[in-house]
Amino acid sequence: MRKNKKRFDTAMKYSLLFAALASILIVLMIGFFTFREALPAFRDIGLGKLLTESVWRPGQGQYGILAMIIGSGLVTAGAVILGVPLALGCAIFLSEIARPNLRAIVKPCIELLAGIPSVVYGLFGMVIIVPIVRGIDVPGNTGFGLLSASIVLAVMILPTITSVAEHAIRSVPKEFREGSLAMGATKWETIQKVIIPGARSGIISAIVLGLGRALGETIAMIMVIGNSVIIPATSTGNPLSIFLSRARTLTGNIAVEINYATGLHESALFATGVILFVLIMIVNSSARYLMSRGSLGKNC
Amino acid sequence: MKLFTGRFLTIVAALALLIAACGGEGEETGTAADQSSTNEAVNEEPSLEGDLNLVGSTTVQPLAEVLAISFEALEPDVIVYVQGGGSSVGVRSAADRSADIGMASREIKLSELQEYPELVVHTIARDGIAVVSEPGCIIETLTKEQVRQIFAGEITNWNEVGGEDMMITVVAREEGSGTRAAFEDMVMEDVLIVDSAILQPSNGAVRTTISVTPGTIGFLSFGYLDEQTKAIAIDGVLPTEENAVSGEYSIVRPLNMVTYGETEEKTQAFLDFVISEDGQAIVVEEGYLPII
Repeated sequence: MRKNKKRFDTAMKYSLLFAALASILIVLMIGFFTFREALPAFRDIGLGKLLTESVWRPGQGQYGILAMIIGSGLVTAGAVILGVPLALGCAIFLSEIARPNLRAIVKPCIELLAGIPSVVYGLFGMVIIVPIVRGIDVPGNTGFGLLSASIVLAVMILPTITSVAEHAIRSVPKEFREGSLAMGATKWETIQKVIIPGARSGIISAIVLGLGRALGETIAMIMVIGNSVIIPATSTGNPLSIFLSRARTLTGNIAVEINYATGLHESALFATGVILFVLIMIVNSSARYLMSRGSLGKNC
Repeated sequence: MKLFTGRFLTIVAALALLIAACGGEGEETGTAADQSSTNEAVNEEPSLEGDLNLVGSTTVQPLAEVLAISFEALEPDVIVYVQGGGSSVGVRSAADRSADIGMASREIKLSELQEYPELVVHTIARDGIAVVSEPGCIIETLTKEQVRQIFAGEITNWNEVGGEDMMITVVAREEGSGTRAAFEDMVMEDVLIVDSAILQPSNGAVRTTISVTPGTIGFLSFGYLDEQTKAIAIDGVLPTEENAVSGEYSIVRPLNMVTYGETEEKTQAFLDFVISEDGQAIVVEEGYLPII
């Protein structure tokens, strides 16, 4: 009887190990096959040319993804600028200010945002945000472009940042708050001088996670960004008008063209995927690094 | 550490077994299919049976689906599967025989014919491409040359072609689309479509974009024309089916099905059905132009 139990134990141990290995294997395989498919592009076009040329005309044999890298970068930056203050405000409100019953309403609402399919965000962007942005009176402004995409993306990364940041703020020890309030600080002073600095690393990793989510978003971006392969440029003297320019993201490049691509064109799209893979890996590992540093910092 | 290596090996072995098992299954289905085909030959029955796989252009796909239903009614033992994927995928699938028939909404490229010399092209229908603008546009007609200059980014304001003072925004399909390739072929010739064009990945998305954005111009397959956009006459000829059939409207592309090398009996039967009178009647019913 005992022996049977022990045997069952070992069997469970191995099947759990198998589950863990399977997920590693899947990641490795996706990485391997993406890279293998991209190899002809790296060989025939060259990594340098791919990364530094801005003209993408597969029909003419020109494969440069610089415009897409800049497009992805700008739209992500725009989303962070618009979304982070909102998300942090939300997180602070939920963890420090809201009463439990209000929190019970607001928190599920924000979590619901994470469950809306991205194509619905895209549709919303296309019929609501784009016409509003079109109202900005700048020549050549059609509403489709970085600003609309950034607004949509800001809403999409809101739940990620809010929930991670809220968790970080909640895990600031209660004694910190009590100490601060006991010394005569107001609630806002406590939040500003004690709680936010205490949760800083958690908040930073929340932002970085949101950044990773923003970089990977595809379908909603395709629907509102215009997808033109151009390096975004200002259309008036105002440097902010760069956000009215159309652009294409790395993810959008793959999704828009993969259906029709063959040969080197297809391989170049896989190469776009590899570059995206590397970018997101950098973003995610920096989030992990910041998080691990954060937990150490708290112990000190 | 040594213990761990042992465990790891066990797991690798288990995985290998699993993969081998999967491979085995694949082979089995292969033999099953072989058997059924030999049976077919032995029985020598007049009616056909088996699967017929069609892969390719999403423009041809809806038409092929309707044709498939009628063909299945004629040949109840044949099951036709229709899959999308795009024109290039269609040509490639036919060439590597992963599909019985590839679908392409454009001419087959010279490079493709060189790469796969045994490709056989069957034109099954034709489709017009219309130049459209947002519904509020006051322009009724443009010359082909004006259209080319607009899409090339040389004409940038509607007032240059007799319209209001408003920037022209070009909307086009993405690189590689059959509709774009056909438009480039027949209208743009060697001129490139302007880089700043808004690119949308489907006819439907192009139509929505144009319908909600003032000052836009784009191109659509005839099947997508409705009151959401305004069709512009080219050289005074409106993009209608009558004008396309009579040859007055010239921006018309072939819709093709391609096969590779010798075709099986069921494949040939399907292709014969498509170009038969009944098949062509379905083509017209679905809003495409017959091959005549």
